[in-house]
Amino acid sequence: MAAHRDKKGRPVVAITGMGLVTPLGIGKADNWKKLTAGQSGIRAITRFPTEGLRTTIAGTVDEVYEDGMVSSELSQKLALLAGREAIEESRIGVSGDFPGPLFLAFPPIEIEWSQRFALAAASGANEKIEYGDLVRVAANPQFHDFYEESKYGVVPEHLAETFGTKGSPISLTTACASGATAIQLGLEAIQRGECEAALAIGADGSITAESVVRFSLLSALSTNNASPQGASRPFSKNRDGFVLAEGAAALVLEDYDHALARGAKILGIVEGCGEKADNFHRTRSSPDGKPVISCMRNALADAGVTPDDVDYINAHGTSTPENDKMEYLGVSTVFGEKIKTIPISSNKSMIGHTLTAAGAIEAVVSVLTILNQRIPPTINYQVPDPAIPLDVVPNVARDAKVRRVISNSFGFGGQNTCLVLTGEPA
Amino acid sequence: MNTAREVWITGVGLVSALGEGLDQHWDRLMAGGPPPYDDKTFAPYITFPLVPVSFDSQIPKKGDQRQMEAWQRIGVYAAGLALTDAGIAKNTEILDKTDMIVAAGGGERDVAVDAAILTDARKVENRDPFVNERLMSDLRPTLFLAQLPNLLAGNISLVHGVVGSSRTFMGEEASGVDALRVAHSRIAAGQSEISLVGGAYNGTRWDLVLLFRLGTPLLEPPFRPVWDRGPKGALTLAAMGAFVVIESRAHAEKRGARPVARLASIQSSRNLRKPGDAEATLRAEWNEIAGQVKKDGAVVISGASGAEPATSEERSVLAAIGLPVRATATHIGNGMEAQFLANIALGCQAVRAGTLFPGSGSGDVGQAPANGIRQAVVTSVGHWRGEGLALIERIG
Repeated sequence: MAAHRDKKGRPVVAITGMGLVTPLGIGKADNWKKLTAGQSGIRAITRFPTEGLRTTIAGTVDEVYEDGMVSSELSQKLALLAGREAIEESRIGVSGDFPGPLFLAFPPIEIEWSQRFALAAASGANEKIEYGDLVRVAANPQFHDFYEESKYGVVPEHLAETFGTKGSPISLTTACASGATAIQLGLEAIQRGECEAALAIGADGSITAESVVRFSLLSALSTNNASPQGASRPFSKNRDGFVLAEGAAALVLEDYDHALARGAKILGIVEGCGEKADNFHRTRSSPDGKPVISCMRNALADAGVTPDDVDYINAHGTSTPENDKMEYLGVSTVFGEKIKTIPISSNKSMIGHTLTAAGAIEAVVSVLTILNQRIPPTINYQVPDPAIPLDVVPNVARDAKVRRVISNSFGFGGQNTCLVLTGEPA
Repeated sequence: MNTAREVWITGVGLVSALGEGLDQHWDRLMAGGPPPYDDKTFAPYITFPLVPVSFDSQIPKKGDQRQMEAWQRIGVYAAGLALTDAGIAKNTEILDKTDMIVAAGGGERDVAVDAAILTDARKVENRDPFVNERLMSDLRPTLFLAQLPNLLAGNISLVHGVVGSSRTFMGEEASGVDALRVAHSRIAAGQSEISLVGGAYNGTRWDLVLLFRLGTPLLEPPFRPVWDRGPKGALTLAAMGAFVVIESRAHAEKRGARPVARLASIQSSRNLRKPGDAEATLRAEWNEIAGQVKKDGAVVISGASGAEPATSEERSVLAAIGLPVRATATHIGNGMEAQFLANIALGCQAVRAGTLFPGSGSGDVGQAPANGIRQAVVTSVGHWRGEGLALIERIG
């Protein structure tokens, strides 16, 4: 049998396993049930005291969190859960011996306040505490764990060892587009013929008081603390910011012929990917929308398809005033007249914004949308924004013929990445 | 897909404790003076502060400089040097299609705010709410953007207009190797024509001295070269920024670019660092390229970190290879994500200048080959994980 090639003559890249953890639950089945039931995973934060914070709600994954965990530990646990589900579903390799590289989208981590206070206490400094006092006691073996919990290279190393992935594990960040970038790197590696499979994971369990403060100070977060489940309102006129959330998704990417040869179930195809950096501002998109438009067009061109071939848009849809307006400008320019009829919904209305993990989570949901021929809604859509006339699949899931999805991811620092996903070729 | 396209390095930007630009670095190294370390600021630990730099020349807007912390300014500056060296600075047509992979660490914290909160919290009964309130009132809103790793790439897009694509890898030394490896593979395979690749690091910060001291010995006086820091080894945290522009030969020739060197091969690997692991991995990588290396015209530019036993294991592999060796961290310190790119930059200069600076320490062996240097083997044995190896070749 001749090898399958895409329209560009490249190996076709299939998805043969997927794993998902979000504030809605652990595993794809539970998540899909809740996503199509229009449930919200946002709640009041109970993990740490929220007095003094402007925002006190988030999509924390409380089922996975254990007392005293720092961000790197929780994020790693989320990544492990999603990775295991994906690898088990794909039935690729043998346990602990994944036949390809790891691409991990992971939050930047650092020493946390609990650790700083432990060091300060050990320093015995009584008057003024300086960093030098903390350094003085740092070599004490009791603090060695802080080192491994705060270095960037450690979690990818642990995951590579656990899953038995091949080669140097790549840990990456492109802010809120990171999950999509992890998939893109795996896609490209298989297209280059470097490997027959790759494990792409996006994970983020980094909700701490300080992370809430940082986003609050940038006025990025919803302050609708009174109504957690109604706070994330993408494309609504009364949207007031995004809701921080945690979660992870993993995808086993595999050369289509390799997957066929071993009789794997094909869940979907990563047909194309596009990216474009924006040099307008550190946190805001270019007002003319050009980078976002280019990004989507690059993805469609990479897949060798046109806007007419797309049945559904999985929006970045953060629920910030700025993003949703910009995304409308982008999709309406790219899709033209068709934008009046194509459904576009935001998973973040239910899950919140899982930052580093979002692009991977939304790719998994996009594939579930194709597999189930059912589109998860944009919930909390009570007050439409007249400046954003879109079919957002308001509040209730919808059965629809969905063969091809474009999934958008845009982030701080001018990061834009779009994926084109489709079902198994007929 | 064509996987055999030749990849050229056409621009190099380097700034470290030794100076800025390849010529300044080489002049200082060839002069053989004492390394430019600082044993006072973070005493008892030795660090390598950045040489004084006029950031205005590459980051003209003061507003942009204010929005960045030191590590980002260093990186944006070095990226500008590389783009200028490649002759594509301000060339919007090329920059619009220039891809970018940055290896980045985290940004600096506001250590004054941290220290004040730690001090004041001691008298407070209900600590967590107190910290919440102080963070809300004391943190500068824009500090977050100076802490996010991907905002180095974001600032390069803003200041220099590199917007083809933007990806940021994390994870100490190995991330620098992987950044260059992925960019190289993409060009070799026809997925990209031209890429800016690099990293920046500012290790002359209390928050990073703290992080590394938690798990790794840091060098205390007297200063010793990386090879000679005793059985436990030691690092010297440093500030540096290093970027290269790499492109397909066809793309370089079409625009009339002057090549610095050919990036012939690059590999990266990991292992669990059981005794002998680093040695075995590096040897396996060497075996992959050994057939391409002509021993009478090649040198090793070593990325040995000074950590043990990794440094001793690397020395054992290099001794068996038998090429002249120079370790650069003795002279510029440990720049983590930026280290490998800095070493690539110095490797470029070795093949371009054809000279080799005086050895320093027991692992620096051999002299510059009599008939010049045509190849540089660049190593990266990370202080904790990651073994990388690249081969750079003179063109023409």
